[in-house]
Amino acid sequence: MSTANKEISDLLNERYAAGFYTPLETDSVPPGLSEDTVRSISARKAEPEWLLKWRLRAYRRWLEMQEPHWAHAKYAPIDYQAASYYSAPKQDKPKSLDEVDPQILETYEKLGIPLRERELLAGVAVDAVFDSVSVATTFKEKLAEVGVIFCSFSDAVQEHPQLVRKYLGTVVPRGDNFYAALNAAVFSDGSFCYIPPDTRCPMELSTYFRINAGNTGQFERTLVVADRGSHVSYLEGCTAPMRDNNQLHAAVVELVALEDAEIKYSTVQNWYPGDAQGRGGIYNFVTKRGDCRGARSRISWTQIETGSAITWKYPSCILRGDHSRGAFYSVAITNNWQQADTGTKMIHLGRHTSSTIISKGISAGHGQNAYRGMVEAGPRASHARNFTQCDSLLMGDQCGAHTFPVIRAGNCTVQVEHEATTSKISDEQLFYCRQRGISTEDAVAMIVNGFCQRVLEELPMEFAVEARKLLGISLEGAIG
Amino acid sequence: MNMLEIRGLEVSIGDTQILRGVDLSVSAGEIHVIMGPNGSGKSTLAKVLVGHPDCEVSSGEVDYAGRSLLEMDAEERALEGVFLAFQNPVEIPGVGNAYLLKAAVNAMRRHRGETELDAFDFLSMVREQLQQVGMSEDMLKRSVNAGFSGGEKKRNELLQLALLKPRLAILDELDSGLDIDGMKAVCTQISSMHTPDRAMLLVTHYPRMLEHLRVDHVHIMSGGRLVQSGGLELVGHLEQGGYETFSA
Repeated sequence: MSTANKEISDLLNERYAAGFYTPLETDSVPPGLSEDTVRSISARKAEPEWLLKWRLRAYRRWLEMQEPHWAHAKYAPIDYQAASYYSAPKQDKPKSLDEVDPQILETYEKLGIPLRERELLAGVAVDAVFDSVSVATTFKEKLAEVGVIFCSFSDAVQEHPQLVRKYLGTVVPRGDNFYAALNAAVFSDGSFCYIPPDTRCPMELSTYFRINAGNTGQFERTLVVADRGSHVSYLEGCTAPMRDNNQLHAAVVELVALEDAEIKYSTVQNWYPGDAQGRGGIYNFVTKRGDCRGARSRISWTQIETGSAITWKYPSCILRGDHSRGAFYSVAITNNWQQADTGTKMIHLGRHTSSTIISKGISAGHGQNAYRGMVEAGPRASHARNFTQCDSLLMGDQCGAHTFPVIRAGNCTVQVEHEATTSKISDEQLFYCRQRGISTEDAVAMIVNGFCQRVLEELPMEFAVEARKLLGISLEGAIG
Repeated sequence: MNMLEIRGLEVSIGDTQILRGVDLSVSAGEIHVIMGPNGSGKSTLAKVLVGHPDCEVSSGEVDYAGRSLLEMDAEERALEGVFLAFQNPVEIPGVGNAYLLKAAVNAMRRHRGETELDAFDFLSMVREQLQQVGMSEDMLKRSVNAGFSGGEKKRNELLQLALLKPRLAILDELDSGLDIDGMKAVCTQISSMHTPDRAMLLVTHYPRMLEHLRVDHVHIMSGGRLVQSGGLELVGHLEQGGYETFSA
């Protein structure tokens, strides 16, 4: 093994700091999946009849579907009857933060997300989703003053049924794909957000997802609606305890941007990635899609994907409104035995629509990293433009980087650019830095940060710092 | 006391033995020049002194400022003041030149127990040096050495030398790839960095560079050994008879 490879592998073997478990009494449905499971989840949430019907239709559709295996990832078939589809801390729904189980508050504090508002980062509201339920949403009242609705999905179903009903499933239909259908059938909670017309959401909104219980899956659903002329920046973070078995996380995120509205959606995904031998870790099979429904609307996805054993996700934009714009900025790190198949779809339907794709894949250890992207412009999408840049950075000689781009231009005025590079952190680069007194760890962090710079600068400032740290930790042991 | 004392140094790269017993003493304030034909081991000597992982030491000792240099790892040697201006500096795309320079300067300051510089202090410090080496500020924003011309790469090495202020500066063919004006500028720069507490070890092919410097010792390297040492008069012999006259 060359020096760089050995150094890379040492750097990567840092412990996963979010890997602890909080022992709590839980209310869980028994393992297994049937119509009864779906009914029992819906009943626990006292849902209206239309939603139960919607779930049941999704479930029946799911039964007819096949688990997709076209991703560049290898894993044993998942036993969908073995997991529990609902697990919540055993506590009556807390009415305020003071009523939330102190152990749960402590869990979030350990993760660096204090939920007590006085300790919060100024300007960030948090919805905390713990296993299957939302345990707290901060700054709800303050946001309500300007008409912004930010609450758990379950609360939204009770308190804003007309909005939920109007938009639910309109971007990701309940039978969209295998995991989206599964999610539609059994989703337990998530976040809901509505920004009224001509309103700039006064603070960053964020959802923090925590899987705690063993042998459960997490199926949350997020719906963000930005009404005409509004603006919102949204961030989600994810962690889970270290376990030897794999856990399924199949989420759905739907974004709707009406005329002149803008949604920035950022993700820092740090699910447990499994150990150095590839045991355990989260299967992160997620459907995220945004609909630029109105003219001149804008949606951007920024994702920092450092965790999960397998990532299967393609945050996409449907550019329906004329002059609408979509963007996808992604950093995906795969280390040890992690596999990521991620990318985006930019569907240009409106005239003069434009999209930007910047994808940075970093592979180390035995990690496999695939960019899968589609840029499609329909016949009506005259003067549609896309720019794609897809870069891979390899550390060591056991990992892989793969690119699967698809371009479909449906009319002759479309302009599409695709640039791609593959590079390696070389022994000579590391030696050069060391000769200048810079340690190997710092040199790798510097090169990785430089490589990801274009994506990191899209993150809200508070989180860019966190993301940089996380990149460093994820690659610790990658060089040694 | 000598700053650098090399005794019986034998070094291989891969399966090939390159250095076959090198002895050399260098004191603070001196400029030493090592000349020799291609493949004689000049660059290997430069690399082994800074701990390049390709160099395998099979025999010999190197004392540096009273410590065994060979027992120190590459960063430690750098932090203790051993600097190599690379013959072919590597390109690091994506990493801003200023970023690398600042990281290096601050690593050095940390090691010396000095406070680290923030971006503003660093920039004002680097601006002064830029002028001296004839670099434009725009080269700070570009990626490290990426797309730099041969001359720009050399100037970037000199800039780092000026910023890091090493005790022992090893300059590996700093003159290669430079035109006459470029070489004069480099020599002026080297002379200005020639201080009583700093030693310099210059590796070069060409005698011409030496006209512009106050050189104390010249060593001729051939077949992995220093076969002759003396003053500038050796350069005269060299120009008449070539390296043949000195073969081991």
